[in-house]
Amino acid sequence: MSRPSPGRFRLQAPPNLDAEHGLDLLRTMVRIRRFEERCVELYSAAKIRGFLHLYIGEEAIATGVMAAIDLDDAAVSTYREHGHAIAKGIGTDVIMAEMLGKVDGVSRGRGGSMHLFDAATRFYGGNAIVAGGIPLAVGLALADKLQGHDRVTVCFFGEGAVDEGAFHESINLASLWNLPVLFACENNHYSMGMALTRAEAQTDLALKAASYAVPAWRVDGMDVLAVEEATRKAVTAIRGGEGPVFIEYETYRFRAHSMYDPDLYRDPDEVAAWKQRDPIPALASLLTELGHLDEDGLATIEAEADAEIDVAVTFAESSPLEPLDDLERFVVSEVTP
Amino acid sequence: MTATDATTRPTPETVRMTLREAHKQSLRAALDHDERVFLMGEDIGAYGGCFAVTMGLLDEYGPERIRDTPLSEIAIVGTAIGAAMNGMRPIAEIMTCNFSLLAMDQIINNAATLLHMSGGQFNVPVVIRTTAGAGRQLAAQHSHSFEPYFAHVPGIRVVSLATHADARGVLAPALEDPDPVILFEYPRLMTMEAEVPVDPDIVDLSSAAIRRPGSDVTVVTYGATQHTVLDAAEALAADGIDAEVIDLRSLRPLDDATVFASVARTHRAVVVEEAWRTVGLGAEVAARIAEEAFYDLDAPVARIGCAEVPLPYAKHLEDAAIPQVESIVAEVRRVMHRG
Ligand SMILES: Cc1ncc(C[n+]2csc(CCOP(=O)(O)OP(=O)(O)O)c2C)c(N)n1
Repeated sequence: MSRPSPGRFRLQAPPNLDAEHGLDLLRTMVRIRRFEERCVELYSAAKIRGFLHLYIGEEAIATGVMAAIDLDDAAVSTYREHGHAIAKGIGTDVIMAEMLGKVDGVSRGRGGSMHLFDAATRFYGGNAIVAGGIPLAVGLALADKLQGHDRVTVCFFGEGAVDEGAFHESINLASLWNLPVLFACENNHYSMGMALTRAEAQTDLALKAASYAVPAWRVDGMDVLAVEEATRKAVTAIRGGEGPVFIEYETYRFRAHSMYDPDLYRDPDEVAAWKQRDPIPALASLLTELGHLDEDGLATIEAEADAEIDVAVTFAESSPLEPLDDLERFVVSEVTP
Repeated sequence: MTATDATTRPTPETVRMTLREAHKQSLRAALDHDERVFLMGEDIGAYGGCFAVTMGLLDEYGPERIRDTPLSEIAIVGTAIGAAMNGMRPIAEIMTCNFSLLAMDQIINNAATLLHMSGGQFNVPVVIRTTAGAGRQLAAQHSHSFEPYFAHVPGIRVVSLATHADARGVLAPALEDPDPVILFEYPRLMTMEAEVPVDPDIVDLSSAAIRRPGSDVTVVTYGATQHTVLDAAEALAADGIDAEVIDLRSLRPLDDATVFASVARTHRAVVVEEAWRTVGLGAEVAARIAEEAFYDLDAPVARIGCAEVPLPYAKHLEDAAIPQVESIVAEVRRVMHRG
């Protein structure tokens, strides 16, 4: 059902694809992939603990979406947010320190993999309650509108979040009040072990969103250029005051739900078929065909990513732990009014 | 088994199993015993349960009785309540009590109140299974202990299952109960093994259990923390302090009698829980001891709970936030004036 159509996966080059921009997109996707591959190693070494939800396979979405928004636009994410955080511009060093529970981590080691937050880049967090971030995103957008800010809030969530009441209440409100929200639904076809077709009576997610009078599109989430283009169009409309847009980015997670998941519910052939649509080689091939990239160029991009992650790991390992005396800080605000 | 087998090879009196297996066996027994029983919840079927408790049940009992649901906590619990009111015996599962907050409206405003609001006409024989507890570095949206939230509410029964005997002996009477029962399970104990009788004993749903008899001080606790308390009791014993450890088990109603009788013998009480200390079950137990057993006390009741902080990811912070053997030992020694 969720098997992609067979045949070689080729991206279409937009007429005026800028070489440097294409390479930037590739760099970001490779950085995310390498970051997470290193996280798996660190998890096996018991340096990262708790849950670890990998984004491997889905990198084109974070990369294309963030390329289409402005620096001071906000993002709200889920527990599967390493890719969103990196693409939003948070340093891999402070993210890695967070993964290791260190005080220099973006959330001072209090959040871990699932709870990356960064005020500087307006990254409003990994939320680990499914659909828990969606109302929050609507509120951020409401405040922007009330204060006359020309800013957009992007809200990432999985298709599983569409099962929850919070999604429906929130998208209705955003539409009713014409708020600047992009509902970015990453449909990887499974919420833990639950296939979309087993969870939803109506599996056309865009149709559901459209029932709230919200423009709703479906995009190939493995094609970073298509992701960027669709998102740009949506963000232009949203910024222009036309209200929220819903985009379903169709994708697949190449790994299990988390490190705890034995992944007993997916057909290995289905996983293999989707891996043929890996967004990274797809973009690399296109850039190669266009003459913007060769083997050396790709090797350099990969080596640079590896070097960056080495630095991040060294930074994280040498960062101290939060002093125990500070355990009860950040429960109430420390700023006095 | 053939007749000869039965006579020549006596059935072993005990078997060894994990707590996870104990939970699963009791679900199986419930499904076998009563065809009105069915399970519903997120990822209980194809995935095998988020803590693998229901692994294999979908194959054994089929999708009508092992119902995978969408991510819809309100609908899971609300639907189970409706089905329970209309002749079925649903067992609804909410993966962790952190997500049960979404379903709290159904639990409190429907399950707990319908009997009363309807003047006694509609009882709600639903069972809700959920989990609680920290210790796995899952941070502030996956680690909390919300047993006291539920224990606050008249109209529901709350039971915590942290031993093999309770995992195997509580579900059957919970399903017999005409009213809603919330069962707490503990992920960090799932792989704990024990030797258990082949045939489980039924547990009295309203009773506490003395897990370790002792004469010097009563330590009242519940849930996974009791195993930490038992370790602390051994450490104290080596130091000449003989602690009696009581597992409340039934968090609503509370078995005061067992607690008071113990305090009458030991004259000292410490309450230990993993939920936040403020307005926790420990506060309730301490208040009841103060109300009913004040003159038995030789020292003020002491309480240990979770530090007043959402649980952090970093291990050293998480460990420091929740009760540990050392903090329990120190508090008991203080109460014994040995600090
Ligand atoms: C309210 C709530 N219910 C259940 C869970 C447990 N859980 C965590 S992730 C997940 C699957 C979510 O799937 P989806 O939204 O499609 O996102 P994906 O993990 O595929 O990225 C579930 C059931 C949770 N965290 N919060």
